[in-house]
Amino acid sequence: MPIRKRKFDSLIIGAGGGGLRAALQLSRADAQVAVVSKVFPTRSHTVAAQGGVNAALANVSEDNWHWHMFDTIKGSDYLGDQDAIEYMCRAASRIVYELEHTGVPFSRLDNGRIYQRAFGGQSKHFGGEQATRTCAAADRTGHAILHSLYQQNIRAKTHFFDEYFAIDLIKDDAGYVLGALVMEIETGEPMLIEAKTTLLATGGAGQLYRTTTNALINTGDGMAMALRAGVPLQDMEFFQFHPTGIAGKGMLITEGVRGEGGYLINRDGERFMERYAPHAKDLASRDVVSRAIYIEIREGRGCGPDRDHVLLKVDHLGPEVIKKRLPGIRDLCLTFLHSDPIEKPIPVYPTAHYTMGGIPTNRYAQVVTPARHGPEEVVPGLYAAGECACVSVHGANRLGGNSLLDILVFGRAAANHIIDYLNESRYHRGLPDAGVQQAMARLERWDKKGDGETVDSVRAELTRVMEQHCGVFREQTMLDEGVKKVQELASRMQEVRLTDHSRIFNTARVEALELENLMDIALATVCSASARTESRGAHSRVDYPDRDDEHWLKHSLYFNDCSLDYKPVRMKPLTVDSFPPKARVY
Amino acid sequence: MAAVRFSIYRYDPEQDQRARMQDYTLEHVGKDMMLLDALLELKKMDESLGFRRSCREGVCGSDAMSINGRNSLACITPLATLKQPVTLRPLPGRPVVRDLIVDMSQFYHQYREVKPYLTVHDPLPEVELSQSPQDREKLDGLYECILCACCSTACPSFWWNPDKFMGPAALLQAWRFLADSRDQDTDARLDALQGPYKLFRCHTIMSCVDVCPKGLNPTLAIGKIKDLMIKRSV
Ligand SMILES: Cc1cc2nc3c(=O)[nH]c(=O)nc-3n(C[C@H](O)[C@H](O)[C@H](O)COP(=O)(O)OP(=O)(O)OC[C@H]3O[C@@H](n4cnc5c(N)ncnc54)[C@H](O)[C@@H]3O)c2cc1C
Ligand code: SF4
Ligand code: SF4
Ligand code: FES
Repeated sequence: MPIRKRKFDSLIIGAGGGGLRAALQLSRADAQVAVVSKVFPTRSHTVAAQGGVNAALANVSEDNWHWHMFDTIKGSDYLGDQDAIEYMCRAASRIVYELEHTGVPFSRLDNGRIYQRAFGGQSKHFGGEQATRTCAAADRTGHAILHSLYQQNIRAKTHFFDEYFAIDLIKDDAGYVLGALVMEIETGEPMLIEAKTTLLATGGAGQLYRTTTNALINTGDGMAMALRAGVPLQDMEFFQFHPTGIAGKGMLITEGVRGEGGYLINRDGERFMERYAPHAKDLASRDVVSRAIYIEIREGRGCGPDRDHVLLKVDHLGPEVIKKRLPGIRDLCLTFLHSDPIEKPIPVYPTAHYTMGGIPTNRYAQVVTPARHGPEEVVPGLYAAGECACVSVHGANRLGGNSLLDILVFGRAAANHIIDYLNESRYHRGLPDAGVQQAMARLERWDKKGDGETVDSVRAELTRVMEQHCGVFREQTMLDEGVKKVQELASRMQEVRLTDHSRIFNTARVEALELENLMDIALATVCSASARTESRGAHSRVDYPDRDDEHWLKHSLYFNDCSLDYKPVRMKPLTVDSFPPKARVY
Repeated sequence: MAAVRFSIYRYDPEQDQRARMQDYTLEHVGKDMMLLDALLELKKMDESLGFRRSCREGVCGSDAMSINGRNSLACITPLATLKQPVTLRPLPGRPVVRDLIVDMSQFYHQYREVKPYLTVHDPLPEVELSQSPQDREKLDGLYECILCACCSTACPSFWWNPDKFMGPAALLQAWRFLADSRDQDTDARLDALQGPYKLFRCHTIMSCVDVCPKGLNPTLAIGKIKDLMIKRSV
């Protein structure tokens, strides 16, 4: 039976904030857009973002984009590309105003303007006083943004393929990406979507780790698809552990809690961040706070009978502030801890949270890869934006509130570039058979019957290995063992079999496809980590405790054949002076 | 906690003539386990068991189902609070795709019908539209809806007239925009809800309020739309 086929100007894979912001721009420009998502759009993980989105609106106190730019670069431990960072920080205010116009119910100040709160790693005057820069809709900012964007897409008549799973990109011999093979989950039927441009906006890979703030669907599918299409992944060793996941469970407690005045204490009741970051204290960068918690626990100052977590104290904020500014957090605590933060501090522990690395792009969100003519040649027709991409604005450590900004700014930038590309490319190039067959083989492989390992057992082992071998603190022997173990697991994938071969809404098959993707991402992460012999941002090596700018001020590129390459950090901003690397103290 | 028994609605249209209830037992249940955790464990034993899920924390709205006869989200329902055997069925009144997965298209259709987006006719300023904290507060209890469909699929009026009555979730969103001081489409929104069915089929039975896992109150919102309509007509 021939595979069903649909044809659009532009394909977007992913309906989180990044995908939907791009779709809105394209639909408004009258391009035919197809948005494919493995879950109904408002169930994408952007919905879970709590604290807010950064923009130097200066609604609460003096601010400007240039300070935001400095904080982002410093936060990135100087690994972020300064042109992209300048672009993002300059665009931030406009992006937030546009969002507000689409309907986002931001919290408000008495003068009717958007409410902003303090968040980690943000300062005035290039490292001075704490800035108040994070625009918030209570502690449900992601929900508010995602729903508003979906709503405006309904108005713009964007074409949605809900509950379709993207299998692989289709590429021709000349290197053009021409669409993707997808599977309709409800029927199990494959379908080809042909498009002049394809935007990957598939989000992060938090499911690499056992305890994570990420949804079960965050399996790095788009990154793995890019890898299989010959694109390397950039800076995968940088994985953010959020300091305050609910201990033992993983649900996120937003940094906004500390922004509103909450702070961390150890078993002696000591506000220990004062020792690690005398100036910024609890609002130091996430990598810094996560390491501090880890050390407190390691040195026996953890709380609880097992001394295995620290406490986040909030009761002093009073019921008023907690109910009004942090209602979602209170709900989470009541549901998962059966305790009310108005009365009792919250047990927290560093938890896998954010994939800084991803598909390399330039600031137009075009995917770039090393080729004959230099380290950054555009892959024609392919774009990436959001958490799956690495543009790179977060470098070695992302600041809170900068990811929502990233997905919106670069979702929009992608769409703008796509509109130009569509104007220049009048015709579809036609889908090559070979590419389609390869993608189909990946799907059909799961029809194999017989005995074998289960998807679940391999996935459980993978997340355990990642946690043990590639966590907050890293060391050469551990990492090398980690590489070996993940490689072993990857080879065991051949022997994994499904018992359920049905077509209709077969979630087991979806999970199998997701595990294959996770496996590729795990290898990318642990291989990149074992090669980088320095500590920078989220990548902390106990055997190489210092940052080594002489050798390592460069981006890693991991290829699907397990080889690594490197490319320089773009230190030159668009218009202002470069911020040269400095020691990073908070 | 000891073992927990389940009775779960199973239906695979490729194999089953009709739906059946299947029994499961889960050993070694942790005391803090949520129902979704239990379902994930059961799926390890029987990978053919179908249900939707994503966030695990009650914000994405994927895993609504009928739990011991009451619609709720599996991920925020503590297992320990449930009577055994824990009986799980798909949301009532919707076509079943497979097992606990229902066809949500009618529900989404109604959502789209109420034009759930902010509409501003005036030229937009170069900064944000102004809104007082008091006006913003009117959106609390409305914008938090996660489109889980617990309410609409518990509503008798929706069961009988799914094609004509908008249902509580869509009407809650209709009110969310009517209540927004920034929105300038009040008349069109009210016009679209005229007639005996779309809005007025609600008989204030409150089932929707009872089940909403986010503690929202569609009945109140529906009442406010009715008031506004009456106010407009005099
Ligand atoms: C709990 C939590 C709180 C956060 N809070 C904040 C915050 O306050 N501020 C901030 O700036 N950032 C925050 N972040 C980070 C931020 O929310 C995410 O990085 C961001 O939302 C990612 O958006 P995205 O559009 O890239 O991807 P997502 O929103 O994850 O969307 C991915 C999309 O891709 C689709 N998809 C994936 N794979 C496939 C496939 N194979 N086929 C079809 N579709 C596919 C999914 O269905 C989904 O629609 C938070 C993150 C978490 C986990
Ligand atoms: S109050 Fe109205 S909308 Fe809610 S369940 Fe009853 S009839 Fe349905
Ligand atoms: S109103 Fe409540 S029950 Fe209804 S869809 Fe929204 S969140 Fe779910
Ligand atoms: S899994 Fe998201 S609401 Fe339950």
